[in-house]
Amino acid sequence: MTNPLPPLGRAAGNGAATAKPDDRLVSDKRYKIIEATMRRYGYQGHGLIEALHSAQEAFGYLDDFTLMHIARTLHLPPSKVFGVATFYNLFTLKPQGAHTCVVCLGTACYIKGAREVLAAIEAEYDVKAGGTTRDNQLSLLTARCFGSCALAPVLTFDGETIGKVTPEAAAQQIAQRMMAIRQAA
Amino acid sequence: MNLEELNATATSERLARAKKRHHIHVCVGTACQALNSEQIAKALQAELKQRGQSHDAEVKCVGCPGLCSLGPLVEVESRVNGQATTDAPEEDRRKSVLYQFVKPEDAAEIIAHLDGEPVKRLETPLDQPFFTRQTKIVLENCGKIDPERIEDYIAAGGYQALMKALTEMTPQQVVDEITRSGLRGRGGAGFPTGLKWGTVAKADPNAYPTNVPEGIQSRKFVICNGDEGDPGAFMDRSLMEGDPHRILEGMAIAAYAVGANHGFIYVRAEYPLAVKRLRTAIRQAQRAGLLGNGIGGTAFSFNVDIRLGAGAFVCGEETALMASIEGGRGVPRPRPPFPAECGLWGCPTLINNVETLANVPPIIMKGADWFASIGTEKSKGTKVFALTGQVVNTGLIEVPMGITLREIVFDIGGGIPGGRQFKGVQTGGPSGGCIPAQFLDMPVDYESLAKVGSIMGSGGMIVMDDTTDMVEVARFFMEFCMDESCGKCIPCRAGTVQMHRILTKIQEGKATQRDIQILEELCDMVKHTSLCGLGQSAPNPVISTLRYFRDEYEKKINGHHKSKPNGLSD
Ligand SMILES: Cc1cc2nc3c(=O)[nH]c(=O)nc-3n(C[C@H](O)[C@H](O)[C@H](O)COP(=O)(O)O)c2cc1C
Ligand code: FES
Repeated sequence: MTNPLPPLGRAAGNGAATAKPDDRLVSDKRYKIIEATMRRYGYQGHGLIEALHSAQEAFGYLDDFTLMHIARTLHLPPSKVFGVATFYNLFTLKPQGAHTCVVCLGTACYIKGAREVLAAIEAEYDVKAGGTTRDNQLSLLTARCFGSCALAPVLTFDGETIGKVTPEAAAQQIAQRMMAIRQAA
Repeated sequence: MNLEELNATATSERLARAKKRHHIHVCVGTACQALNSEQIAKALQAELKQRGQSHDAEVKCVGCPGLCSLGPLVEVESRVNGQATTDAPEEDRRKSVLYQFVKPEDAAEIIAHLDGEPVKRLETPLDQPFFTRQTKIVLENCGKIDPERIEDYIAAGGYQALMKALTEMTPQQVVDEITRSGLRGRGGAGFPTGLKWGTVAKADPNAYPTNVPEGIQSRKFVICNGDEGDPGAFMDRSLMEGDPHRILEGMAIAAYAVGANHGFIYVRAEYPLAVKRLRTAIRQAQRAGLLGNGIGGTAFSFNVDIRLGAGAFVCGEETALMASIEGGRGVPRPRPPFPAECGLWGCPTLINNVETLANVPPIIMKGADWFASIGTEKSKGTKVFALTGQVVNTGLIEVPMGITLREIVFDIGGGIPGGRQFKGVQTGGPSGGCIPAQFLDMPVDYESLAKVGSIMGSGGMIVMDDTTDMVEVARFFMEFCMDESCGKCIPCRAGTVQMHRILTKIQEGKATQRDIQILEELCDMVKHTSLCGLGQSAPNPVISTLRYFRDEYEKKINGHHKSKPNGLSD
């Protein structure tokens, strides 16, 4: 953590230019969702993972501010919150691209050529697994099994499952969907 | 709901059902849903309405009937003739047609042919070995009932077992019944379920210091392990999606038997549909008074919460899973004390796999002797497998224990596609091993699989043909274990990295005979010195491929000191 936040209730250091942490909690409605989750567990520590799930769903990733907010609300040391957030693969501390493509590298998909599919997408979008394209449009991730193994190899695009993909067609299927979304917008 | 109300609901549901001549089941499991099966259901419904046949036929969204490779699947069940009745033989007078690769455009044709001949173009026979060779206990409702309606489950006899346990049996009798059935854990290790239940039932909640959070009124817990970490397996997912109430009922019976009032289902977050259906099921069961306080008018109370995993394989391990429910990093701890004595928040905790718990209601209803009559001497009942890889029929199957691998791969699975040769089948995922062709006629049970160096595991079964590179398979699993090692103990944390490095070196053609030797030493060391099952079993894929496919390793060695054919290096 490069920029730890001051304790709750005090202005954030150098002058009026920086918003108080409390302001963001009030102005950004998404914190209400996280709040509701923490309340459901009586603001007790065992609700930490659920709170992190809520936060990631609301913001797409977990930033320092949000993690500190959760730590304070649940009365947990920041080290514990960061420890948990970095332990689990599903939580990410980096902002994600506008769209997310997850390629399954589970056994069934692997046996059916998922590695080639991944390589094809990496080449087409000039991005490595785990990274985001330079234009921030696409994050490419990998997973271990969605349980759709009968359709192997499988990838998901923004949560939609696409089965029986081929290295040749995968990049195109992604491009089509991104295009469709752009046109709809 | 008490027993009378339960029976009344079941009867009225069955009556309503009997009024319709045609029942159209559309699979909305994850795989078929990915192929747009919900659109198909809508199209079928619209077509029925348009033709004014809604009074005569109904469309139902159901869980996975198993044959995912032919999906989306639609099954049409029609009454052949005769009066609507509610007794069981009615089923006999029904005929079923299964349609494969259905598209929304096919809806009109399917509906038009409801009363006539089936649509030949789409039909796939129901008397093919894939269906006839299976024995369905756990999956009996999957593909038959709407998982989002508790009434459907009740009509199929659901929650009767819970009522029977609560009103006619003492907790001890429930434990005895499970013990006599011979049911063993389906989560991997095959631990006798009744023995585990008995231990938790006897455990003293005050034996260890506890810190149960405020708001949770229980001093013992039941956990359903729905983490399903084996990549390439989806039995538990299909069960949670296709028949969620069965799992709740199994948990409630377990809770009654061991004296717990609170339970958790730990589901991996990669299964959003399973989470959604379980949430719905819990809400419905609570409203019906089948979960919560005073279940079925008795004094027994039991509540269930869902907890989401967050993408860590090690969280399938029981002590790591409990650490995760407590809100911490999912790292395992040494046992003893076992969870049965000191588990969640220090309380005695029963932890069972999804499929284990799904076996409980039928055992209570039909009795231990019935269950024990299926399977082999030491492995009772059935096992669900996720059959995938290089095999014609991929999907979910349930077979009696003791069936041979050949029957699974060649009869049910339909053999190897593309005229290729069978090479091996991998069971048990990253903790298991590869079984070569010479053991195809071996019975599938806990002991036999262990004897050939694999494990039953949770039920992933990946078929490999002669194009599969076995060293690459070993490397793949080692990479998985290396990534997923939690880092707490050194043999696993450092050993998996070293083994992965050597396997990569072999793949690159840079290794020598000495490397294989080191690899074998490392296997032995990691297996015997790791803290939890992850590390203890991580070497298994390497050991088993070295045992049966050593020549493939040798071929990649650039030195000239080939090992002797008997598998021993010189
Ligand atoms: C690394 C590791 C991963 C595991 N993953 C799972 C899993 O995904 N699902 C499961 O039910 N059991 C899993 N287990 C086994 C559990 O620790 C535990 O034995 C099991 O849930 C007990 O249930 P059972 O007696 O009904 O089989 C795993 C064990 C280890 C060591
Ligand atoms: S291995 Fe890819 S979905 Fe299961």
